[in-house]
Amino acid sequence: MIRQEQMEVVHQRSIATNIFELTLTGPLVLDMKQPGQFVHLRVSDQMEPLLRRPISISTINKETLEFTMIYRADGRGTALLSEKKQGDQVDVLGPLGNGFPIDKIEAGQKALLVGGGIGVPPLYELSKRLVEKGVQPIHVLGFQSESVVFYEKQFIELGDTHIVTADGSYGSAGFVTNVLETLQDDFAVYYSCGPTPMLAALEKMYPEKEGYLSFEQRMGCGIGACFACVCDTTEKIDADYVKVCSDGPVFPSGVVQV
Amino acid sequence: MNRLATQLPGLSLKNPIMPASGCFGFGKEYAKLYDLSKLGAIMIKATTPETRLGNPTPRVAETPAGMLNAIGLQNPGLTKVMENELTWLEQYEVPIIANVAGYTTDDYVTVAEAISKAPNVHALELNISCPNVKQGGITFGTDPLIAEELTKAVKAVSSVPVYVKLSPNVTDIGEIAKAVEAGGADGITMINTLLGMRLDTITGRPVIANVTGGLSGPAIKPVALRMIYDVAKRVSIPIIGMGGITTIDDVIDFLSVGASAVAVGTANFVDPFVCPMLIEQLPAKLDELGFETVNDLVGRSHRL
Ligand SMILES: Cc1cc2nc3c(=O)[nH]c(=O)nc-3n(C[C@H](O)[C@H](O)[C@H](O)COP(=O)(O)OP(=O)(O)OC[C@H]3O[C@@H](n4cnc5c(N)ncnc54)[C@H](O)[C@@H]3O)c2cc1C
Ligand SMILES: Cc1cc2nc3c(=O)[nH]c(=O)nc-3n(C[C@H](O)[C@H](O)[C@H](O)COP(=O)(O)O)c2cc1C
Ligand code: FES
Repeated sequence: MIRQEQMEVVHQRSIATNIFELTLTGPLVLDMKQPGQFVHLRVSDQMEPLLRRPISISTINKETLEFTMIYRADGRGTALLSEKKQGDQVDVLGPLGNGFPIDKIEAGQKALLVGGGIGVPPLYELSKRLVEKGVQPIHVLGFQSESVVFYEKQFIELGDTHIVTADGSYGSAGFVTNVLETLQDDFAVYYSCGPTPMLAALEKMYPEKEGYLSFEQRMGCGIGACFACVCDTTEKIDADYVKVCSDGPVFPSGVVQV
Repeated sequence: MNRLATQLPGLSLKNPIMPASGCFGFGKEYAKLYDLSKLGAIMIKATTPETRLGNPTPRVAETPAGMLNAIGLQNPGLTKVMENELTWLEQYEVPIIANVAGYTTDDYVTVAEAISKAPNVHALELNISCPNVKQGGITFGTDPLIAEELTKAVKAVSSVPVYVKLSPNVTDIGEIAKAVEAGGADGITMINTLLGMRLDTITGRPVIANVTGGLSGPAIKPVALRMIYDVAKRVSIPIIGMGGITTIDDVIDFLSVGASAVAVGTANFVDPFVCPMLIEQLPAKLDELGFETVNDLVGRSHRL
């Protein structure tokens, strides 16, 4: 169920240049189902900035009723969010959308998880769930440069992890695709979140594989009512369009025209 | 007696608050959050004869205390709206105001004739003011003669009262209001969005793919109030007011300048529960201001 709730900040810290990890607590966490779902946050109770900000859920802990997000303080809204302190309240609408399905893969199989920049966070909960299930994850995570790399240790604890930076300042140099070319493609399913060109490259690289991709679009309502976030679809499916907020943000490969 | 009740042509409203067209889809999403029967009415998303896919994205951009949108009237088309959306809405005790749009007079007439026969559609809202489509829409709303002719044509086929939604993107909105009144309109809804632009300062490129978009939200409230104040003086048909309504004080202001009921658009995106919240807050606000009913408040600014 979608709820609107005032959730309390448990902690917030900077984990890389302009990258923040924010943990909130409240009963809304109980409704979070899949990794890859997101929340729509009000960053201020003023009329400026007006709209909510969509941020992916990165970790879910139902026992402590806590969830964590990782985001880049980019513009005005996320900068304000980064000023929230322990004990502050944040207005959360969520959980929203459909996340990554983990029932599409069996224990003992391998999964490829490819993240780009601020698309990496939702893959963390996904990887944890896959590991719990007995799936072996392979992580390929791309960042701009060393200063914005985060969660390397956390991903290593879960499985094979390759870091790549665009400027070569950390890990290997280039794009995630450069690393993917060197890996075996013995995985059963691939999952990805990141910039659209990256998602497009993956679809091209693995046309025969089952894949799930998480998309971004500018949003208004975040719940499917305003038609702000539509994407064109390929001929493969019946619908003329899909809404990222309520049909996605995660779609099987081949659904969204990239 | 229900202090919030409001009688308008075709509409027997249990309260004067309703979601504005395009900001509430066809209600399904918000129905998961609260009981739609609480609402005074629902203005559904613009409906055109055929499926419309709308404009390229980005379609929205945030602006100071507001937002720009260029959705482009995306909707499933008349048949699907009637079969899937309106029939589904019948389970709620809430009158529907169907927002009608098109490229040509024929488009408007086709949609109006059919959709006005749906049992829960109690009024039409002719959208002659959408700034985000290349043809139709706003071109009908900026020329008084064309607006009058279109109103007449739709009145001739509609089974329910016809409200005309005015565009603020004109020099003299009172003139358009008078024209649609002369064309037989039963009421006026106003205002639609104000044409605007936002740039990416570094590249100089417009942020919205459509280049321009319609401005809505708290930023446009002063413009909406002024225009309703003007129009209320010039016509004798009732007005449903909108433009930036977010708080209960906003509702009071719109009623005061002469709106008989109000619609809430952009604020639904910020707080999806805003409509039921305002409905709940209204009686206490009437008490505070010393008014018995909503009706007593309507147009009071003109009587001062
Ligand atoms: C489903 C989804 C999940 C996301 N998850 C994350 C995440 O886990 N971590 C993270 O750092 N970022 C994430 N983003 C991107 C994040 O929403 C934007 O970075 C953020 O909205 C920017 O807000 P701002 O106030 O900093 O920027 P501003 O430029 O001030 O924002 C202006 C407006 O544009 C919108 N906007 C700007 N950039 C984006 C964008 N990339 N996507 C969508 N809307 C945007 C804002 O929401 C706001 O309405 C996600 C986006 C989507 C759609
Ligand atoms: C995303 C969005 C979509 C809209 N779609 C329509 C529409 O389909 N038909 C219409 O008449 N008005 C449409 N509008 C205009 C609103 O109904 C309303 O007139 C306007 O936004 C001013 O009210 P507000 O400031 O409360 O949003 C739309 C507005 C927004 C923000
Ligand atoms: S953001 Fe409103 S439909 Fe997706």
